[in-house]
Amino acid sequence: MSNHNDGITPSPRPSVTSLDPRINRLDLHRTKEGEQTNSHLITWEVFHQEKRGKQPVHAGIVHASTPEMAMLFAKEQYARRGKTTNLWVVKTSDVFTFSYDDEDIFETTPEKTFRDPAFYRVRERIEAYQAKNKIQ
Amino acid sequence: MNNEAIKDLLYKMADDALVIGHRNSEWTGIGPMLEEDLAFSSMAQDKVGHAQALYQILHDALGEKTPDELAFQREEKDFKCCQLVELPIGEYDFSLIRHFLFDHAELIRYDMLTASTFLPLAQLARKVKGEIKYHVMHADTFLKQLAHGTQESTARMQSSLDYAMPYALGIFEKSEYEDVLIGDGVFAGENKLQEKWLEKVGAIVTTAGLKMPDVPDSKIIYGGRKGYHSKFLEPLLDEMTEVTQIDPNAEW
Repeated sequence: MSNHNDGITPSPRPSVTSLDPRINRLDLHRTKEGEQTNSHLITWEVFHQEKRGKQPVHAGIVHASTPEMAMLFAKEQYARRGKTTNLWVVKTSDVFTFSYDDEDIFETTPEKTFRDPAFYRVRERIEAYQAKNKIQ
Repeated sequence: MNNEAIKDLLYKMADDALVIGHRNSEWTGIGPMLEEDLAFSSMAQDKVGHAQALYQILHDALGEKTPDELAFQREEKDFKCCQLVELPIGEYDFSLIRHFLFDHAELIRYDMLTASTFLPLAQLARKVKGEIKYHVMHADTFLKQLAHGTQESTARMQSSLDYAMPYALGIFEKSEYEDVLIGDGVFAGENKLQEKWLEKVGAIVTTAGLKMPDVPDSKIIYGGRKGYHSKFLEPLLDEMTEVTQIDPNAEW
């Protein structure tokens, strides 16, 4: 098998040329326009959990063929900085959503301020009590 | 404790990490897919970080030159890396197999070193074990995936494994200080490491449906630990030090 490039023999005519000698050495071929190189891979939704007990927060997607591969990639893409305790990956096709055409079902929610605890008059009494007893 | 023995151990570990880190970073920007490009580059960066930490111990605890000088201003013959890490990246199957074989040895070595009587090394070992655990997880997942992939991927993995194994066994080349390191409790020794490694690697390779190559002792590629290298190290060092050679004393 000739798959071990000896690193010395120059490639005859690299179809991708670069200022970086490492890239020229690899004798790469350009992807044809419109060609989807990842089309055989499905996507996975990644959720990032900062601390135990905290809710995992959606961080983004990765392309992968298996859950194990998705977790490998999720670790490097979404746990590169800051603290991480765990990651979840879920097949994108396993996530069910509303249609944006139905967005009107949520339309009046912002008006329903009575659902906000601050709406109630008792709030003023709580604040007065907190001020009197110096509670933050 | 024998300082020359400890230096020898630190140099070979640091040089292995620097050279494989540099080699694997050659995939940056041209990896098989975006996610894997990022993961492989990140691990390469970790390796260079391990080299830096080991050179720092050589400097702080053993009076050697600074990490930059050790990395960029030594002659090829002064490097103690094994020849496995010097080989060109080849195609991705070879880079993955090398990563698999090398990182399993690293994980076991650092695990053994957590009990070292040389405290700076024991502390470093405890610190980096988690990073290397991920590297091994990555290698094992890819090996399993590709060994069970298509006929071509299985054949490529086996062919690269056969090619890499005589070099991989060279990781465990013993130095003249072997007995001193064991006696002082610095490191439990290359024989012990090789034994554990063969057991671990053999089990994973077999489970993946590949065949463990049978390498006779006479075919193992030794020399790296004593400064005898393949033809690939010199060009690698020239490229790696190209910028520092312009002005070795420049302030960064």
